[in-house]
Amino acid sequence: MTADSKAYDPPESANSVGYTVAENLRIATAEDPLVLDSGGKLGPVDVEYETYGKLSPNKDNAVLICHALSGDAHVAGWEKDPETTGRLWRKRKPGWWDPVIGPGKAIDTDKYFVICANNLGSCYGTTSPSSLNPATGKEYGLAFPAVTIHDWVVMQSRLLRHLGIDCLHAVIGGSLGGQQALEWALCCPQCVRKSIVLAASSRLSAQGLAFNAVGRTAIMNDPNFNNGDYYHTTPPRDGLAAARMLAHITYLSDEAMHEKFGRRLRNKVKPDFGFDIEFEVESYLDYQGRSFVERFDANSYLYITRAMDYYDAAEKWGGGDLVAACSRIQSEVMVVSFSSDWLYPPQECMELALAISRNSKPVNYINVPSHYGHDAFLVETEAVGRLMQSFLKST
Amino acid sequence: MSKREDKSQAMKKAELASLLMQGIDPSLDPQALQGLLAKTQAAQEAVVSRDGQFLRWQDRIIEEIIPPAASVLDLGCGNGELLARLIEIKQVHGQGVELDPEAVLQCVDRGVPVFQTDLDRGLLGFPDQSFDYVVLEETLQTLHRPIQVLEEMLRIGRQGIVSFPNFGYWRVRLELALEGYMPCTEWLPYQWYDTPNIHLFTIQDFDDWAKSNAITINSGHVLTEGEVRKLQPGDNLYAEEVLLVVEKNGK
Repeated sequence: MTADSKAYDPPESANSVGYTVAENLRIATAEDPLVLDSGGKLGPVDVEYETYGKLSPNKDNAVLICHALSGDAHVAGWEKDPETTGRLWRKRKPGWWDPVIGPGKAIDTDKYFVICANNLGSCYGTTSPSSLNPATGKEYGLAFPAVTIHDWVVMQSRLLRHLGIDCLHAVIGGSLGGQQALEWALCCPQCVRKSIVLAASSRLSAQGLAFNAVGRTAIMNDPNFNNGDYYHTTPPRDGLAAARMLAHITYLSDEAMHEKFGRRLRNKVKPDFGFDIEFEVESYLDYQGRSFVERFDANSYLYITRAMDYYDAAEKWGGGDLVAACSRIQSEVMVVSFSSDWLYPPQECMELALAISRNSKPVNYINVPSHYGHDAFLVETEAVGRLMQSFLKST
Repeated sequence: MSKREDKSQAMKKAELASLLMQGIDPSLDPQALQGLLAKTQAAQEAVVSRDGQFLRWQDRIIEEIIPPAASVLDLGCGNGELLARLIEIKQVHGQGVELDPEAVLQCVDRGVPVFQTDLDRGLLGFPDQSFDYVVLEETLQTLHRPIQVLEEMLRIGRQGIVSFPNFGYWRVRLELALEGYMPCTEWLPYQWYDTPNIHLFTIQDFDDWAKSNAITINSGHVLTEGEVRKLQPGDNLYAEEVLLVVEKNGK
């Protein structure tokens, strides 16, 4: 997901965390592997992460940011050396949530020690299908084990232990990241003081599952897919691009598309009566698809959408009963939905908040009016920033 | 209209007012009526909080009623001022419900847990008898479905605290009778086209509804001519605002 381009804070700005360098840490080994939800074990596991701000002497100011489907650990500031990491798109823009993270910003790095880790299975430096499988000396490909949101939380908690952090001031995430924030509150209730769940509910709807299925089908039916073994040949670019195009539709709203593109033709006044790009909206999706394949691995897309599919907080913690599951929660929770989001609709987000409240636990639920659809959690930085700033500071 | 005509008009109205009031309340003499009119001028002074900030008189009564550590659901909690005070002073377990986006932001800013939803769309998520008190302060008359919300309030709360403007208040009656305009007072500072108050009723109306729905009024307070006191018989005429503690019978 991408926020609309706005004026970025340059690295030398007082409000920017400046230039960033990611760290990489081995959090599991063959002898001490991660035990996964699927029953499998994985080791070694290396995690790429970034931090901003300073951990307080009491270690009580840590804020964990959880990224969404296509996100990474680079959440704020400007990567110091994109040439070396090969992530050239980072020359053009700062981290994916730069508008809300930095000195004096909503998540104030003068106050908080902010951590974001790339998730297991993603393709930005953490162990993933493109990593070498020590058993074969080749990339894992589809031999990589299935990963879940719970596995990500376990991975993150191992990282935090390495950083000497026992308790988080807050866990924050949007979309798939919001579900991680929820999973933290359920899985490690005593380790979290505040949880912010943006544009996410306790599980994906049938419609959401359906969209993911179509995306994966596009990838797996690409002639270059080769059962996931494409790291030394041409990757399934067309399939991944098609998956991204489809997903992007679900991130916007009908209203936003109408406003942004309408039925305008692309650089022409009359149609050509052909099948090349005719409409503005086609051009936009085409660009989204093509730029995505430059920065994302198709296998990672398969694994992460599956993690999104599998997540069901009620099933995991309440035997199917969300209210029972939420009885575990000890942190203060703020659930934020966006009025035009149809991937995680307001009603479903509200049901999560209600389930918490049915346990006589205080809860914050806010529905932000926005026509940006699901993407609103990244675009409505002013409204979201204000809510987060207030919620983080309140005692 | 000349000044002289103005004056004679005013005198006529004063006479009419006296006649009407005596008709409604035979125990009231014209001098007492003049006294009432005079008192009303200073009414606003009674609604200033200890911090010097504007505070609803109901808030102070609610602060007295609610015991420490109680659980309180505030329906239509506005900017969360009341709950913030109750949390601070009485260490209550508080939850607000509010629709207005700006008010919701202020709640979050105050650290008051707030659930943004439309009361008219129901509160089915809150379990039966899950709060000691459910507060509905100056909100009932703004709702599209007031009865459903009242019923929800008494389902969720062991006791309900409800406050509303009393449209049986004598000044309201006279204004409509003599001036022919919808009443516009300090507590009802709206014109017909911009008022949020869409269901207008009196203490008597509420009392009748309570009686026929097995609801007991445990206690009441009123604002009358700038003064807050306990509810008395006859207050349907003299109370500008009322706050009642109510309970469903036979729970």
